[in-house]
Amino acid sequence: MMAASVVSAAAMVALGILSLAFLFTVYRVVAGPTLPDRILALDMLVAIAIGFIAVIAIKTGFMLYIDIAISLGLVGFLATVAFARFVITQAQSSSAKQPHSDQGDDGESLGGRTRKHGKRRKGGR
Amino acid sequence: MDLVWAIVVAVILIAGALSSLIAAIGIVRLPDLYSRMHAASKAGTVGSGLLLLAVGIHSQDLSILARALAGFVFFALTAPIAAHLLARAAHEAGYKLTEPSVRDELLLQRRIAKRGYRKKG
Repeated sequence: MMAASVVSAAAMVALGILSLAFLFTVYRVVAGPTLPDRILALDMLVAIAIGFIAVIAIKTGFMLYIDIAISLGLVGFLATVAFARFVITQAQSSSAKQPHSDQGDDGESLGGRTRKHGKRRKGGR
Repeated sequence: MDLVWAIVVAVILIAGALSSLIAAIGIVRLPDLYSRMHAASKAGTVGSGLLLLAVGIHSQDLSILARALAGFVFFALTAPIAAHLLARAAHEAGYKLTEPSVRDELLLQRRIAKRGYRKKG
């Protein structure tokens, strides 16, 4: 009786803390100035979601949630790897268009018109 | 005895959640992609790993504990790989280190390699 209430209260507190962490990470996804920042924040969101699933598994008692957490981790890893490859290919294609920007200024220090164009292309994906 | 296990599970739950919160605060507060990566990959792995461990201990079942540990090991193996791959890709794409950082060994090394190649050719 006592033990169940202790675990339940701890699970509630953990859910609150995790939702705070989730909100902070969502802020980075929205505000992150560059694409890799957003990818990193999405990776962190997957980690926090795994934590959520674990806490909900404790609260409800369905231990099948562990398998869901494992498969979510697999999907998150694959998504991050694919996004990393995408960052490389995008930088290579943009530096092929502009041979002078050797280290690949990625729209951060570009001029107004080209920056707008780059943003439109990013949004159209 | 039951109460002891419950307290252990509760402590691990709170510790894991706080670890995730620390990772999220690091992601928001740190100035740079490469320094945010420290917070996200290390503290985030510890956070979700501790929460999975709490599930395994709470179930009092060896098979579920083994599955939770397998999930934790899988996550601990893949998170550094993903972070390193993303850092490598971002550095190759030309995302600079933030202002107070004084040294970028990878950039220096690549420049040296390029110069040597040109000298030979």
